[in-house]
Amino acid sequence: MRALQVERSLPRFAAARVASAWRAGAGGKVGPLRLADVDPPDLPGADWVRLRPRLSGICGSDLATVDGRSSQWFRPIVTFPFVPGHEIVADTEEGSRVVVEPVLGCAVRGIDPPCNACASGHGHRCERLTGGHLAPGLQTGFCAEVGGGWSGALVAHPTQLHEVPGGWSDEAAVLIEPTACGVHGALAGPTGDDQVAVVIGAGTLGLTVIAALNRLRPDISRIIAVAKHPVQKEMATSLGATMIAAPAELRRAVRRATGSWILDNGQLTGGASLVIDCVGSTESLSDALAVAAPGATIVMVGMPGHISTDLTPLWQREIRLAGAYAYGPEPMAGGRHSFAVAIDLVAQAGLERLLSATYTLDRHSEAIAHAASAGRRGAVKVAFDLRTEKRR
Amino acid sequence: MPRPGFVLEVDRSTPPILTWHGEGFRLERLPPERSRVIYAPEPVAALDDPDQAIQDALLAPLGDSPPLPDLLRAGMRLTIAFDDISLPLPPMQRPDNRQRVIEAVLEMAASAGVDDVVLICALALHRRMTEAELRHAIGDRVYDSFAPHGLLLQHDAEDPDGLVHLGQTDKGEDVEINKRAAESDLIVYVNINLVAMDGGHKSVATGLASYRSLRHHHNVKTMRHSRSFMDQHNSELHTSNWRMGRLIAASGVKVFQIETTLNNDAFPKPMAFLQKREWEWSGRDRAAYIATTKGLGRTPPKLARSIFQSIKAPHAMTGVFAGEVEAVHAATTDAVYAQQLVSVEGQTDVAVFGLPHICPYNVNSIMNPILVMCMGLGYLFNLYRGKPIVRQGGVAILSHPTPWAFHPVHHPSYIDFFEEVLSETTDPIEIEKTYEERFATDEWYRHLYRTSHAYHGVHPFYMWYWGAHALEHLGDVIIVGGEPAAVRRLGFSPASTLTDALEMASDTVGRHPTISHFHCPPIMLADVS
Repeated sequence: MRALQVERSLPRFAAARVASAWRAGAGGKVGPLRLADVDPPDLPGADWVRLRPRLSGICGSDLATVDGRSSQWFRPIVTFPFVPGHEIVADTEEGSRVVVEPVLGCAVRGIDPPCNACASGHGHRCERLTGGHLAPGLQTGFCAEVGGGWSGALVAHPTQLHEVPGGWSDEAAVLIEPTACGVHGALAGPTGDDQVAVVIGAGTLGLTVIAALNRLRPDISRIIAVAKHPVQKEMATSLGATMIAAPAELRRAVRRATGSWILDNGQLTGGASLVIDCVGSTESLSDALAVAAPGATIVMVGMPGHISTDLTPLWQREIRLAGAYAYGPEPMAGGRHSFAVAIDLVAQAGLERLLSATYTLDRHSEAIAHAASAGRRGAVKVAFDLRTEKRR
Repeated sequence: MPRPGFVLEVDRSTPPILTWHGEGFRLERLPPERSRVIYAPEPVAALDDPDQAIQDALLAPLGDSPPLPDLLRAGMRLTIAFDDISLPLPPMQRPDNRQRVIEAVLEMAASAGVDDVVLICALALHRRMTEAELRHAIGDRVYDSFAPHGLLLQHDAEDPDGLVHLGQTDKGEDVEINKRAAESDLIVYVNINLVAMDGGHKSVATGLASYRSLRHHHNVKTMRHSRSFMDQHNSELHTSNWRMGRLIAASGVKVFQIETTLNNDAFPKPMAFLQKREWEWSGRDRAAYIATTKGLGRTPPKLARSIFQSIKAPHAMTGVFAGEVEAVHAATTDAVYAQQLVSVEGQTDVAVFGLPHICPYNVNSIMNPILVMCMGLGYLFNLYRGKPIVRQGGVAILSHPTPWAFHPVHHPSYIDFFEEVLSETTDPIEIEKTYEERFATDEWYRHLYRTSHAYHGVHPFYMWYWGAHALEHLGDVIIVGGEPAAVRRLGFSPASTLTDALEMASDTVGRHPTISHFHCPPIMLADVS
């Protein structure tokens, strides 16, 4: 079968890093990603199933990998060569259509008894990502043994599968996984009364967070979205943002919304009680710290890397910095799982419209370049279309 | 004898016309046979002895007012209010009219034994003046006599303890003014009447008023029904101020009005070519133009701004009138008209306005995009009597660099207005309805207005309303040489050159439109038949 594969090649990672410094997504041509003819992965256990991907999205973490910018943190919890793609809508051999919850926790790895996190239902916090009968890998799409969505086939454990509701298009279904991440981030912050929330970034994650805040958080009265590009601004507004600000305008927008003052050095006296960073860069975290009110919570939903910023406000204002990775049970949604909540949200908010373009595997360089500059090019989510891949 | 204003019909022999462009200017060639240039009258003669003229005016006042000395007595409370930094433009060379008049009034007060005297700069919702600006306006001697003792105040329209509500007019307009002034035995108001709009009851009813009071006439409806601001009898702005002024008088507040007029000698000798008609330029004028434009071409914008802001105009006093408010203002208006009126026959399809570096609200500051709009559509467009120089549905072409730049100290709420309000709508009615109150009552803006040097939070709204009549009247607005993103945010169209702008205008007014070039500054008033 054909698959896009990431190889452990230091020269290629270095080349990608250099190229992407000039233009995001340039690593798609010179980096570690290659279109290869490979054997489909074997079933790791009797209860595992084979999947044939229909659509598989390109996520920010995939782009970071292709551009050689991923953190070394992941080194022990991935195995090469791996096939990326963890936003997957696929067919099972039995003919049902599913989306994949890609976390490779204890249940998937055959570890019994499970770790404390998995035992409590928080598989995304699994402590055994390198254990069990599987090769190390935090998710499908980062583990050599199970394959990934950017290919003609992969394998999955039944506990990873969520059936796509009848009547849904593949285009809507492929948004479920990223929406689940958005739901998890939006429901991670503490509740309060009449809160002002700031969402930094208006790519797929940012937009799904906005949709989730708008529909699932009645305690959030105003949502300020930071967006750069016209399509992002339009989408953010339609999904529930009450104010749109360019990055340079954020502080003043938050000041206006919260009635705080700006001091001589540009810092606000107050700010927003919830800030959700969907970018994960030095700039975005600095912006988040600049507009977070004393006692506020900053939720990092976008995958960060090395960040250099002044944490004085974090300390002086007792700001909580929280990560929101993947999905899990959501206390704020009555304990329902993020995926279940996301399925409802995709339908209610019409998130299918976030899918802007699809590419076949042989056009992967174009796809990566498009995804890396999606906002600038008037797009949101870019995905691979595997529906015409040959079955072997 | 100075020559009157003049309308030049452009033909093929007409030289390129000087067009202001912020901190610079361009020579623009206008299409022959369908263009005209409106030139200001030459500066009228200055008073031979301004100080003596002031004395004469104070001793022989107009209307039913007694001479000033008769109104002064020991033990009384005297408040002298004076116009702020927004007048005149450019700021005049020392001594400023305000200094001359205030010194004369203080001499008389001292002779009468008045020792409770307070000076108040009538800011309305403008920014507080700096010490240097105050010294320039009223002179070092007056400043040093009053400021160190806390007797030189700047009106605070947001001081709950410093305002008094005098009542409502028969139209339901609140009249709330400075408490110290209202409770004085006499207010002497010292004006510089650069244009016909200044002075009259507007001096106290606006200059010393609160937001609660000002909002009754600084609104879209009033501005749209002021045609123009320079024609008191057709200006709703003035009608409202006159109602308020009469209520102030009926409340027992005594005002002794002093108004001074200036000639339009706006630029010092090295820049004299800016006031001349192009075909009369001498070799020296041409050399000065070339040297200035070449030099400015190599000068960083910030430095150019600083150079232009340092210009002090050789304005000279042409008249001084004192006494009862309405009688004084009638005489002043005649004097202003004598200097500024230019007879213009009919309207054209297009008007070209070169915008200079300065307007009333960016003295020692930055002409931000909102002020560009206000200067072009609020001020220059409204420098008419009768009807605008451009027809209904016509096109205004403004020339200005329109940088996306703001003075963070002077114009904090302007930045938010530009970023938030104008990104949503440019409709004055919608802006007024949706956003004004929030900006007007924002605590941070209020704090900066009261303690720093910031315009009031609502001020950018007033700038936008100032152009509301023009926005309603015009079919399109094009800015030549402006920063495209800033121009688009204003809701206007950017053009690289005047030729491009005229081409773009043809979409609205047809292929061969008639064109008026309003050659201002120096200031003039088009009397359009």
